[in-house]
Amino acid sequence: MKRLLICLVALMLAGPVFAQNGPLRLTITDGVIEPITFAAPSFQAETPEAIQVASEMSRLVVQDLAGTGLFREVPASAFISQISSFAQPVAFADWRAINAQALVVGAVNVQGDSMTVKFRVYDVFSGQELGTGLQFAGTATGWRRMGHKVADAVYGRITGEGGYFDSRVVFVAESGPKDNRQKRLAIMDFDGANVQFLTDSSTIVLAPRFSPSGDRVLYTSFESGFPRINVLNVANVGRQQLQTAAGEMAFSPRFSRDGRQVIYSLSNGGNTDIYRTDLSTGQHVRLTSAPSIETAPSLSPDGSQIVFESDRSGAQQIYIMSANGGEARRISSGDGRYGSPVWSPRGDLVAFTKQNAGRFHIGVMRIDGSEERLLTSSFLDEGPTWSPNGRVIMFTRETQGAGGTSSVYSVDISGRNLKAVPLQGGASDPSWGPLQP
Amino acid sequence: MTLFKKAAIVLLVLATAACTNPDRFGAGSGAGGGAGGGFGADGGLAGSASDPTSPAFFNQTIGDRVLFAVDTSTLTPAGKVILDGQAQWLLANTDYRSVIEGHADEQGTREYNLALGFRRANAVREYLVSRGVPTGRLEVTSFGKERPIEVCSEETCYAQNRRAVTVLSFSALTS
Repeated sequence: MKRLLICLVALMLAGPVFAQNGPLRLTITDGVIEPITFAAPSFQAETPEAIQVASEMSRLVVQDLAGTGLFREVPASAFISQISSFAQPVAFADWRAINAQALVVGAVNVQGDSMTVKFRVYDVFSGQELGTGLQFAGTATGWRRMGHKVADAVYGRITGEGGYFDSRVVFVAESGPKDNRQKRLAIMDFDGANVQFLTDSSTIVLAPRFSPSGDRVLYTSFESGFPRINVLNVANVGRQQLQTAAGEMAFSPRFSRDGRQVIYSLSNGGNTDIYRTDLSTGQHVRLTSAPSIETAPSLSPDGSQIVFESDRSGAQQIYIMSANGGEARRISSGDGRYGSPVWSPRGDLVAFTKQNAGRFHIGVMRIDGSEERLLTSSFLDEGPTWSPNGRVIMFTRETQGAGGTSSVYSVDISGRNLKAVPLQGGASDPSWGPLQP
Repeated sequence: MTLFKKAAIVLLVLATAACTNPDRFGAGSGAGGGAGGGFGADGGLAGSASDPTSPAFFNQTIGDRVLFAVDTSTLTPAGKVILDGQAQWLLANTDYRSVIEGHADEQGTREYNLALGFRRANAVREYLVSRGVPTGRLEVTSFGKERPIEVCSEETCYAQNRRAVTVLSFSALTS
C-alpha cells in the first residue's frame, strides 16, 4: 500500500522529473485521476497478409488500454517520429516532445492461418524498455485474443497488476417485451465482441456463473417449470442438471474454488437456505438453517468463508459465515437493503447491490463492513461481478417503465469510468470469467 | 535472437460450430418460457365461466390469484376469500391439480425475488391445505420478477405483479 502512494506522487509530477523518480509505474488507487499518456503507432506488418490485422490489432490494444480510463492515447496525428521497423532504435526525444509517457511498438506476421505478434513497451521519459520484448503465436482468426494479450501485458508492466482484457463474460441475452421476455445464455469477450449463444430461448434462464477455470457455467433454468440448476460445458454446450428432490427448488448456484462443488439456494416449503453439493458424488450439506431467506452465496478467494444475503433481521442484509456453515456475522449496516454480495478476487472487498429510497446502487465495502462506497445509482442496478484483477465491476442496469430494457455496464471500483458494454439487444446477469490461458 | 521470449501461447480453438455459427439454435424461435401446460387465465380450453365446474369459472369467477403487499407473503383478508373459493372448487373438482406460481414486482434483486415468490406461493399452498385440499394436488414454483403481467414502473403495476397464481391442470396429464 505505501508503495502505491509513493508511485502516485511520481505520477502526478510531469515531464523529466518523472523519469528521475524511477521507472514508469501507474499505481491504481482511488487517487489516480491523471491517466498515463501513451502512443501506440500502428503495428508493423511483416508480411503482406498482416497489413490489415496489424492495424486492427494495434487499434484494439489502444481501445483496451484507453477503455480502462487509466491510460490516454496520444493520437497518431501528433507523432513526430514514425516507427518504420520493429528493430529500429526509438527516438525517445520525439515521443517526449509530444508528452507520451509510454510507447508501445509491435509487429505482426501472418503466414496462412498462423500468426505471431511481438511487442515492446518503453518508458519514454527514462528511455528504458519496460520488461522485455514478448511474442505470442496463434491462429489468424484469433487475432483479437492476441491483441487482448498484448494489452494485458502492457497493462501489467505499467501497473504491476494483472490485466483483464483476455477474458470472457457469460450473461443472459434478452429480447422481447417486458411481460414476455426471452432469455438465452450467451458468452462474450469482456468488451462485448464475439457473442455466442449457449441456450435457446425456449425457457427462462437466470444468473449464470463461470467456473473458476472458465470451462463450465452454472445457471438456473425453468425448463421443468420449476427453478433448477444446470451445469453447462462451455466447449460442447453439454448440460447436466443438479438433482433435487420433488417439491424442492434450486437456484443461485456458484462454483466452489476448486470447481468440484456447487454452493446454492434450495427452497422447500417456502423457506430458502444455502446448501453445498459435490458435483461428482451428489452428496449435499446444508449450510444455513433459518426460517428466513438465505441466498446469493459467494466464497472468499481462499474458499474458507461465504458471504451471503439473508433477511433474518427483517430485510435483506449481508452476512459472512464459515464455508462449512455455522454462526454468521452481519457486515452491512447502512440504511436500506443489501443483496447479491460478491467477494472480490483480491479478498479485500465485497461488492453488493443496495436498495435505498427507491434507488438501486452497486457498491463495495470491506469485509468487516467498513468503508462502504456506492459506485452507481439508477432506477435499477444489480448483480455485480468482478474483473479477474478485482479492479472493475460489471453489473445489470435496467431502465424504467413499460419499455424498460436491461444492459450490462462496467464501472471501476473508484466509481469512475461507468459505461455500457456494447451489445445488440438486451443483456443482464453478467459473470466475469478468468483470464484465459 | 534472445530479445524475445517465445511464449508458448496455445490459443484455444473453439469448436468449429461455435466459430462459424454464433447462433447454434437458429434464429430466436423459442416460445414463452412460462410454466405453461395449465389453464391460464387467458387459456382457450378453459370452458365457460358460467359453468361452475370449468377452469374458466375458477380463473375468472372465483379468481385464480391473490395479491401481496411490498416484500411480504402475508395473505390479505381479500386474498383469503379468494382462496376459500379456490379450495372449495378444488375439493369439488377432484380431476384437477394445480401449480401455485409466486411472483414479485421488479423492485428487488433477482435471486431474492425468486425466494420471495416461493414464500408467496407457499403461503397460498398452506392456506389451501388448511382448507382441506390434499397436499399432493398442490405444487409450488416461483418466477420471481421474471414474468410481470403489468409492465409500468409504478405501484399500480407493481401491485398486480406481486401475486400468487393458482394454475390448474388435469391430474391425468401431469402425474
